[in-house]
Amino acid sequence: MSSAVLRPCARCVLSSMRRAWRPRKYCVSHTWVVQAAGAVSRMAAPVQLIGEGDYVVLKREDVFKAVQVQRRKKVIFEKQWIYLDNAIGKNYGTMFEITGGGNLQMKSNIVASAEPKEAGADNRNIVDDGKSQKLTREDIEALKEKGIKGQEIVQQLIENSTTFRDKTEFAQEKYIKKKKKKYEANITILKPSTRILAVMYYAREPGKICQLRYDTLAQMLTLGNIHAGSKVLVMETCAGLVLGSVMERMGGYGSVIQMYSGGGPVRAATDCFGFPKSFYETLYEFPLNKLEALISGTGSYSSRVIPAEEEPEKMDEESSRSDNEKQKATQDLVGDCLAESTESMETSLAESEEGVKRCEEVSENHKGGQNVDKKQVAMEKKQKQDERRKREAEAAKLLQDRNADGLIVASRFHPTPLLLTLLEFVAPSRPFVVYCQYKEPLLECYTKLRERGGVINLKLSETWLRNYQVLPDRSHPKLVMSSGGGYILHGITVTRDTTKTNTSCSERTEEPAPKKQKVAEDKS
Amino acid sequence: MSFAEYRELIQDGDTAIVFLGHDSMFPVTIQQGGQTQTKYGVLRHSTDLIGKRYGSKVTCSKGGWVYILYPTPELWTMNLPHRTQILYSTDISMITMMLELKPGSVVCESGTGSGSLSHAIIRTIAPTGHLYTVEFHQQRAEKAMEEFRQHNVDHLVTVKNQDVCKNGFGVSHVADAVFLDIPSPWEAIGHAKDALKIEGGRVCSFSPCIEQVQRTCLALEEHGFTEISTLEILLRIYDVRTVSLQIPDFGKPVEEKESFESSDASKQVSASQQGSALFKSGVSPRESVGHTGYLTFATKSLF
Repeated sequence: MSSAVLRPCARCVLSSMRRAWRPRKYCVSHTWVVQAAGAVSRMAAPVQLIGEGDYVVLKREDVFKAVQVQRRKKVIFEKQWIYLDNAIGKNYGTMFEITGGGNLQMKSNIVASAEPKEAGADNRNIVDDGKSQKLTREDIEALKEKGIKGQEIVQQLIENSTTFRDKTEFAQEKYIKKKKKKYEANITILKPSTRILAVMYYAREPGKICQLRYDTLAQMLTLGNIHAGSKVLVMETCAGLVLGSVMERMGGYGSVIQMYSGGGPVRAATDCFGFPKSFYETLYEFPLNKLEALISGTGSYSSRVIPAEEEPEKMDEESSRSDNEKQKATQDLVGDCLAESTESMETSLAESEEGVKRCEEVSENHKGGQNVDKKQVAMEKKQKQDERRKREAEAAKLLQDRNADGLIVASRFHPTPLLLTLLEFVAPSRPFVVYCQYKEPLLECYTKLRERGGVINLKLSETWLRNYQVLPDRSHPKLVMSSGGGYILHGITVTRDTTKTNTSCSERTEEPAPKKQKVAEDKS
Repeated sequence: MSFAEYRELIQDGDTAIVFLGHDSMFPVTIQQGGQTQTKYGVLRHSTDLIGKRYGSKVTCSKGGWVYILYPTPELWTMNLPHRTQILYSTDISMITMMLELKPGSVVCESGTGSGSLSHAIIRTIAPTGHLYTVEFHQQRAEKAMEEFRQHNVDHLVTVKNQDVCKNGFGVSHVADAVFLDIPSPWEAIGHAKDALKIEGGRVCSFSPCIEQVQRTCLALEEHGFTEISTLEILLRIYDVRTVSLQIPDFGKPVEEKESFESSDASKQVSASQQGSALFKSGVSPRESVGHTGYLTFATKSLF
């Protein structure tokens, strides 16, 4: 990327070459040449604009939704239909207003209305008689139908509220904020990232990611020392969110081997990241149910002979199954949209009808294709299968080296058997992290790992996250999120003793320090 | 050895972590002919360490043994020589994710302090990113540089000795993210905005006191930052223990008491412990860290 240009200045580089005989003090004593380099880097990598086909995240207030930008495609977000056509070619981070027909319009700079401040001191004279708002529901509906901007509706509401001026300054602010939220629909289009997608998934579909809260995911990535150039094992059933976050941290350098159960890995969330194709070249997958064969080396996994007719069919079934799973994942996302529009049955009906139509189209296309050139389709299929098998063999080879740099587990399966098996593929002195929604399985896992040996510094932990409202004279914690984000067990691998360890060894790692010392002294 | 990539074997000049067991470890610089004293005896670098695989069990002179670990930023954080208060991995992980750091990111940081966060940032943005870190304390700045050199990551970081509140980060419109851990972050928000790329980026400020947070938030708003949010993350550690609770004696005959203890765990109970039930539990330590600091995040957009 552009940052490659950002290097220490020539003097720094020179002095670094002379480091053997001269202590360097570079860049403390003289100025950097970075400013110029920065300009160059900007030229080299122009600002990326929203493009057709891009995966983006829509944001309104604190609500996120991941979508793919497509022309003339209706997207439903926060109970509103929108078209993203106008966003194409704009900068990421741009704020849009929704205009008639669901089109987006770039929002001009927000001008703070400098109205004369008039406010009450307290609410002793404010009575809730239900008549403070002079505008009726019909009036408001009429305003909306006229296509009047949300901003103006809010202004009208304020002007027609008899109690507004008596409210305290804080209450007025709160009132305006509430109304703005309802009538002023501003949508920001963001570039996807682990931060945004992890927050989005935890808020929208926590069930799909085993309740993995975003701060917990952050812990996993750090404790797992996930970075460019590593070879990482990932076993997850979090819709591909954990996989995506690992891939983001590796930046396309190194390799990721995803272990999966069933017909194929689920990567609905991974797709939302919009990674370049090159990232997928470093991504391998391997089925859990072939691990036993790989470990025991029965008939050397890859050369295992399977009747020629049987194998392709099996693969066929597998691939279709994984496709099904993927489809299901996307359907679920659509379903989620539907949940938003519970207010209006008609829209949801329209949506499902459209969905059906789309499905029909797809199947028709499929049929048509088959009719036109059945042979070609079959060829393509075979090519895909071969490719798949080749990738699996490559993954097997990577695993067989047994030198992975890390292991990340976050799944709905029991962690103990996963750990005991997958740790075999990890090199010594490497971190591993297991996530579980519940604490108890991790207690067992902890005990079993201690019995197995080959791990040190085992820690069972949980993080609490607290958000704050920070406003002048109104600062306080927002909501407490505790014990809902899951638990983490992490540790470091070490070489395992070939001979049976004597009892003092396990004692040494388990017992507190003073006793340990005594043991050592006794021995000497 | 480099903090930014793994190696298999221990080499001369490496920084390694000596693990003695149960949270007891320390860093050591491997030197041909060097020696390190541990409570289990002496470690001779040339014969005991160099050429061995990281993660190996190494026997010391008194017959005791230790493990030699590859230094990760997380292990470094637990073992580094403190020159200041440092950030620990729990806060660091949140900072890294919320600042959206990844390979290739350009990051500005101040102050450098003891370099705990710096190492973690460098690890994440390598091999194509860069860290510009500013420390106004000359001795600390020099010490940090020395460490970066020793850890083979000096090509990924530039340390500058100046006051960030007065002189900024020394770079302009290059950063994807800015991190502030200084007493008066609100005075550096303008410089942070200037350091961030034209098209935008993320900023984070770490402050222990809420008054600092309030002033920072005001400054962020004044400078047009959006998505301002403040949060706090706390780590809870659980000790895994087998706990036994005594079963009260109601004066019932012995057989009945035994039938009550039919669960798997109680079968293990030895004769002397009869009348108690065993179970595994994750026990919270009596005391734990209640507060490190508030993390305030914000976004700079093109508009």
